[in-house]
Amino acid sequence: MEASSPSAPRGGPIASAPVWVLAALPLALIAAAFAAFALLGGPGLDDRRGPPVEELAVERTVLRPGEIELTLRNTGPDPVSVAQVAVADAYVSFEAEPGGEIGRLEEQKLTLDYPWQEGSPYAVFLLTSTGATIDHEIDAAVETPEAGAGFFGLMAVLGTYVGVIPVLLGMLFLPLLRSVADRWIQLFLALTIGLLAFLALDGYLEGTEIGAASGGAFGGVELLFLGAALAFLALTAVDRKLKSGLERQRDSGASAFRLSLMVAIGIGLHNLGEGLAIGSAYAVGSLALGAFLVIGFALHNTTEGLAIVAPLAKGGRPPVSRLLLLGVVAGAPAILGAVIGASVYNQELATLLIGVGVGAIIQVIAQLLPSIRDSQGRALHPLSIAGIVAGALIMYATGLLISV
Amino acid sequence: MEKLSRRKLLIGGSAGAALPVLHQLVPHAGLHDAIDGANAAEQGHGGPSHGGADAVHGGGNAGPTFRPGAAVDHAANGFNPTQLLREFDWGRTRRLPSGRILREWTLVAGDKEIEVAPGVKYAAWTYNARVPGPTLRCREGELLRIRFVNGSEHPHTIHFHGLHPAEMDGVPGVGAGLIETGGETTYEFDAEPFGLHLYHCHAGPLAEHIARGLYGAFIIDPKQGRPEADEMVMAMNGFNTNFDAEGNQVYAVNTVAFHYVNEPIAVERDAPVRIYLVNILEYDPINSFHIHGNFFNHFPTGTSLTPIEFTDTIMQGQAQRAVLEMCFPHAGDFMFHAHKTEFAELGWMGFFRVGGHQRASVPAAFCDLGDPGRVLG
Repeated sequence: MEASSPSAPRGGPIASAPVWVLAALPLALIAAAFAAFALLGGPGLDDRRGPPVEELAVERTVLRPGEIELTLRNTGPDPVSVAQVAVADAYVSFEAEPGGEIGRLEEQKLTLDYPWQEGSPYAVFLLTSTGATIDHEIDAAVETPEAGAGFFGLMAVLGTYVGVIPVLLGMLFLPLLRSVADRWIQLFLALTIGLLAFLALDGYLEGTEIGAASGGAFGGVELLFLGAALAFLALTAVDRKLKSGLERQRDSGASAFRLSLMVAIGIGLHNLGEGLAIGSAYAVGSLALGAFLVIGFALHNTTEGLAIVAPLAKGGRPPVSRLLLLGVVAGAPAILGAVIGASVYNQELATLLIGVGVGAIIQVIAQLLPSIRDSQGRALHPLSIAGIVAGALIMYATGLLISV
Repeated sequence: MEKLSRRKLLIGGSAGAALPVLHQLVPHAGLHDAIDGANAAEQGHGGPSHGGADAVHGGGNAGPTFRPGAAVDHAANGFNPTQLLREFDWGRTRRLPSGRILREWTLVAGDKEIEVAPGVKYAAWTYNARVPGPTLRCREGELLRIRFVNGSEHPHTIHFHGLHPAEMDGVPGVGAGLIETGGETTYEFDAEPFGLHLYHCHAGPLAEHIARGLYGAFIIDPKQGRPEADEMVMAMNGFNTNFDAEGNQVYAVNTVAFHYVNEPIAVERDAPVRIYLVNILEYDPINSFHIHGNFFNHFPTGTSLTPIEFTDTIMQGQAQRAVLEMCFPHAGDFMFHAHKTEFAELGWMGFFRVGGHQRASVPAAFCDLGDPGRVLG
């Protein structure tokens, strides 16, 4: 910019070079400097003092009858060789794939030959070539479900029960909303904000807990913030796009539908994380499948349906197909989450996806805030405060019914 | 499970890997058939000793084991527990003008990385480049002189269990005290009392100086000797490989975990066997010794020639030791291990392979060790 400005005579011949040269030249010099540094082995720097730093993260534990499979990743700066493995203080026979040393950020799969008993906790230690030990706990041994048709079917049913159906049921409040005075609409929107704020806080707490425990190569809690920021910004971009598209149609209902869709997307991303928690709990056997779980989630998520239709209280009557679309957008991600959670679960992925849910919800809250402003432009007035508090309390109370 | 592990093992074996398991499954049967031709038919339909031995190495329900195919490099270690087991260092002797025997050894402390389990290295401190150090053996009443050279980077001593003057006690601050790197001293004392004793470094921190490998058995034979037997030394030890001073990761007799599972100790049926058993395990309060299919006479500290007990299991605290005498009434493979089974499953486990013909029943007097009382006179 500056180089092309006539008021900037500084720069000389370099500044007059084509733009691609200005980009390529520093890149080439940076690459050359890195290469030289690597080739010379970091001149002026000695090797690190002290013993090698050996770190392995167990990214995934799969239990099959008579076998425990651990997927390891080297999260430290130095290569690690697993020499022996003990389960419950007994050395076991095992196979390593690939064999040999695990390089930095590389992966290795160990298959341990061990007659584990269902329901028992197991302490595993990996003994490295230097004698260091890396501990891994299995809280309660349960056979890991095989990813077959029956399993995916079960996850789909589970996701439908806890995601799609409750959201659709919650949307049945739409006729009520459309029949009450405007003032009450504001109350329902405030209630929605309360519900969402509680979900965001809940996701944040869960994400920090899982992220802190992950110890993974790809980060911990920062993944939560990364996911949240990406979701927030991506949804903002989607919202701007929808806004410019729909408003050109001069449809009074379009703006309300856009807001509903944004709420549905935000809740959908939140339900992805919820499905993830359910699926992973199922995979490690800590999920009590049954009526209580389904009823708990149904009550919890029915309120989400209410949140989606709240913006539709005014304006034209939306077609049923649109309402169904909103319900699927908000509820179906629970199915996907359950499948992911039960099949490829690891803590880093979970942290990132929970972060996505948190970011999405915050974005939706930002969207909804203008609609609860009173005539003086205040977002927080007695009615909205009552709605927000009620929403948070409803989520808190129904949340007590579910614990995954 | 059982089926799966066997199949895996057989596949591993056919690839030519030197698996202990294969050793057990195949050559074992052949060996016994060759030794014991008369009983080949009986072996063929599954003698009891075979069922026991091959099952132990299978992993899974068949018991603890190391990853297949891995083995400790004894050549790199510079010592092999199979040889170490029956090695007694009698030192050099000469007769003093008084007619008394002077017995002399040189022990050199050093720092050495050793492999204590397949693929697991441990930064040991050693006497004469081995763990345990040489088994020093002498006779009651001799004059003993031990020259100690410290070739390690750390100060050390040698503290002997036994009767000796204070300045020969090998503790810091008394007599020669700590021997610094490159320094040396000579410990001199009389060989008394007879029995199975111990020597170890007494520099501080004491637990670490012992745990790192600075110890060995010290045997003073009674004047009249002990009855003839197949003698062996077993130092029950362990390695806290992560140095957290909370228990050990690897347990063994004579340093290498599961060594005598992979190389069973060959003995003869009905022949007297004498084990000099020393517990030098640090970071765990007790250790134990249990033998299968047999009982032994227990002589605590070996200071009496009359056994206190006829048993198959004894417990030892740190630095306790005992002479065990037994005969094997049956041929075949017999396990021995710590009956603190956690230690057994972390490496302190082995086999005796008893050669000779099988027999149907145990004779009334199966072990002719001689009457200890008679030997004493």
